[in-house]
Amino acid sequence: MTDTVDRELPLQELADVIIRFAGDSGDGMQLTGDRFTSVSAAIGNDLSTLPEFPAEIRAPQGTLAGVSAFQVRISDYEIHTPGDAPTVLVIMNPAALKSQLHHLVQGGAIIANTDAFTERNLDKAGYKSNPLEDGTLDGYRYYPVPMSELTKLAVAEHGVKPRDAERSKNFFALGLISWMYTRPTEPTFQWIQEKFAGRELVIAANESAFKAGYHFGETAELFEAHYEIKPAPLPSGEYTNVNGNTALAWGCIAAGQLAKLPVFLGSYPITPASDILHELARHKNFGVRTLQAEDEIAACGVALGAAYGGSLAFTTTSGPGVALKGETIGLAVSLEVPLVVVDVQRGGPSTGLPTKPEAADLMMAMYGRHSESPLPIVAAKSPSDCFHAAIEASRIALKYRTPVMLLTDGFLANSSEPWILPDVDSLPDISVSHATEFNGTNEDGDGIFLPYLRDEETLARPWAIPGTPDLMHRVGGIEKTDKTGDINYDPENHELMINLRGAKVAGIAKDIPDVEIYGDPDSDLLIVGWGSTYGAITAALHRARDMGVNAAMAHLTHLNPFPKNLGDVLRSFDKIIVPEMNTGQLVRLIRAEYLVDAQKVTKVNGVPFTSGEILAEIQNQLGA
Amino acid sequence: MTDAPTTTTKKADWATDQEVRWCPGCGDYSILTAVQFLMPELGVSRENTVFVSGIGCAARFPYYMNTYGMHSIHGRAPAIATGLAVSRPDLDVWVVGGDGDMLSIGGNHLIHALRRNVNIKILLFNNMIYGLTKGQFSPTSETGKVTKSSPFGSVDRPFNPISLALGAEATFVARTHDMDRKHMMETMRRAHAHKGAAIVEIFQNCNVFNDGAFDLITKKANRDTNLIDLAHGQPIRFGAENEMGVISDGGEAKVVRVADVGEAALMVHDETRDDPSVASMLSRLAKGPYEPTPVGVFRAVEAPEYASGMQQQLLDDQAKRGPGDLGELLRSGGTWTV
Repeated sequence: MTDTVDRELPLQELADVIIRFAGDSGDGMQLTGDRFTSVSAAIGNDLSTLPEFPAEIRAPQGTLAGVSAFQVRISDYEIHTPGDAPTVLVIMNPAALKSQLHHLVQGGAIIANTDAFTERNLDKAGYKSNPLEDGTLDGYRYYPVPMSELTKLAVAEHGVKPRDAERSKNFFALGLISWMYTRPTEPTFQWIQEKFAGRELVIAANESAFKAGYHFGETAELFEAHYEIKPAPLPSGEYTNVNGNTALAWGCIAAGQLAKLPVFLGSYPITPASDILHELARHKNFGVRTLQAEDEIAACGVALGAAYGGSLAFTTTSGPGVALKGETIGLAVSLEVPLVVVDVQRGGPSTGLPTKPEAADLMMAMYGRHSESPLPIVAAKSPSDCFHAAIEASRIALKYRTPVMLLTDGFLANSSEPWILPDVDSLPDISVSHATEFNGTNEDGDGIFLPYLRDEETLARPWAIPGTPDLMHRVGGIEKTDKTGDINYDPENHELMINLRGAKVAGIAKDIPDVEIYGDPDSDLLIVGWGSTYGAITAALHRARDMGVNAAMAHLTHLNPFPKNLGDVLRSFDKIIVPEMNTGQLVRLIRAEYLVDAQKVTKVNGVPFTSGEILAEIQNQLGA
Repeated sequence: MTDAPTTTTKKADWATDQEVRWCPGCGDYSILTAVQFLMPELGVSRENTVFVSGIGCAARFPYYMNTYGMHSIHGRAPAIATGLAVSRPDLDVWVVGGDGDMLSIGGNHLIHALRRNVNIKILLFNNMIYGLTKGQFSPTSETGKVTKSSPFGSVDRPFNPISLALGAEATFVARTHDMDRKHMMETMRRAHAHKGAAIVEIFQNCNVFNDGAFDLITKKANRDTNLIDLAHGQPIRFGAENEMGVISDGGEAKVVRVADVGEAALMVHDETRDDPSVASMLSRLAKGPYEPTPVGVFRAVEAPEYASGMQQQLLDDQAKRGPGDLGELLRSGGTWTV
């Protein structure tokens, strides 16, 4: 690729860069960002990504509603977030500029496809004049690149129709950025070959466009330098780049293997959870059964039926789906069968912001069923943690015969990070045994099966699955007699059963790890987080520490029950703040449970917290 | 349903120690008896049999069967049974529910279970009323039904459960009634033998809130004139002297005197006909349970059963790619080493 170099540009070393690719939803920005990410992962950078999709599949071309963006941050040091603001914007049309420019840091770089800034496109984006020329970009480093024309010229030799030629322009952009950040080219050529196998013309066009972009960077006297980001000193091991939905699906498969049970998924398509269904549907050789149900209620129903039959059963959805599943989850609470309900949270209420993250379903997970129906709640903290969270949710569900709510969100679902692969053999054994024998006697001394006789330690009931000789029994949603499970309307028995089910869930606190204090345990400020705020809080703590400001973090992955040391941890700090992507839900639970003066820090605009926002709050609290 | 080895049991083995709590005189008793008589004849085992129900009077059924059973939530039994049946094809899964449970709140699950052809046997107790909630009109109640929730008469138009099931292209659709144990047992036996989803509508008398709803057709004295027993391959005839018959006339089924049209003009019942439209025509013959009404098997066709299709995909993928390897899965997106 370097054979045409005719001038030597300085190679500058950078610690990190945050690039945001933005264009029309048909411009292939997700693919471009994804490729850049993969190549950067392979050369050992730490990285974090944040895709941003429009809610419409194909909004009118060139409009603000149709802008699709992909932010990737790569670094030579350990990072925890996709970055607060991009330092480079790759802009494919006026609408992309209009919707993204405010994100860019002052003095940041804009690489724009000038060919797309036609009168018509400017009009669609609501520009009265051309922002490339009217001073809008003052204060930024602006690099005009006629990407469409250069792409057309580059692919012309292959006989590509002019109208198709422009479709390769995202590869031109990828080539240019690959040059700017000295990414190896071979993996991308290999990927193009595999991705478009059998479509020779497309392969040729995309390769030519990529090369043209790369060479343009080298030869056009536009750029003052190109850059290198050295590998990050990550712990040694084998890595893959994974997003939350994929990690969660793999966690479900792993949990089935670790439990030695067949995996069953009942699901109904819903953004942003559908990719878990898609991923699990691919792995039938693991014995995974997926059933796309007629609605959210049935999706939970089929999962419950499979769980009753002895499968490790999941149902995956987002907030509106959880609302519909509520009655069935209540039945699972009453029957005491294992079931994992995955809620990939999104902006609400109602349809809300289906493609944007929010973490406002905690109260629904906690209390969103009729009557007293407690269930354990597990929340993943990072994309790769979705894998472990799925295993942990399964472990609790199986051991305690209870539905478990597993919370992630649209940010975790779609963003990716390098994941050091776990040693498969070191994953926990989460298998449980099914009941196969009588566990009681009747007044005649004959053996009988008592389906609600509880384990003294866990309070879990025996799990006898259909097909087990002699243990035939009936379960149902009507209140059951303690031990026998027979229908029972007696008031004292009902109170006993409510208390037993509650004590069973509360007792799980003995079986989960203590919450750890990260940062300075002697500082005055504790930040309590849950879910995807983990990255931003961690990064903010590091930034504060670098500024000589000390604070601590306690990040919760178990939200019901809370870790048993949480009260002591909370009481050992003068100040407590709880950043959440809602209007204050965990903070209420904590205040109610521990009577501490925890303060809320909230954000509900469909965008994850930045580390800068958390840092500002740390400084505010500590008067630093 | 399954090819399990024949098991020898008695009727008493299938009863539980639970006190049956339906109202005295309820049609549900005779259905329970018929099922408990049938089970030993089927040679199936109790541990491999599961009854799943929703909510309603009929839905208490599982408590009275000494099998595995689940009394679930209103309307959802077909969905729950689907999950059980497709993940455990070794089991005999029965679904029991009433007209409110299965046709109103659970209507969506019912039609989709039928459409998928899941191997479940659905017993739909149709009493044309809400019993457990004490007497509101149901989705099968006739228009104008005066109840506590429709004091001026219901404005709703009713579902015809057989037409609905045929519209969903259910592969086995039959009807029987609570006054004839032999007919119930024979119809359920056929349902059990069917590979795929089977639905049996059972006309069931609610002697408290809708007493006598089916008297005009199911009382012994009226059966000859008003029940048409469908028999595969036979001309459709009924009457004390077999003097009545059914013809197809302009896309509708009509009752005629055989003497008026000649036997050759009668419809010959073909339950195996792939297109459900003729069976649907028969299901529209009676406008309500007061005129000649077909009972027996309307439709019994062979079609791929859902769990088998699902299972085959697992086997095919295992044959092609080998059993899943977790380590390989985690590496499938490409890896690098630091």
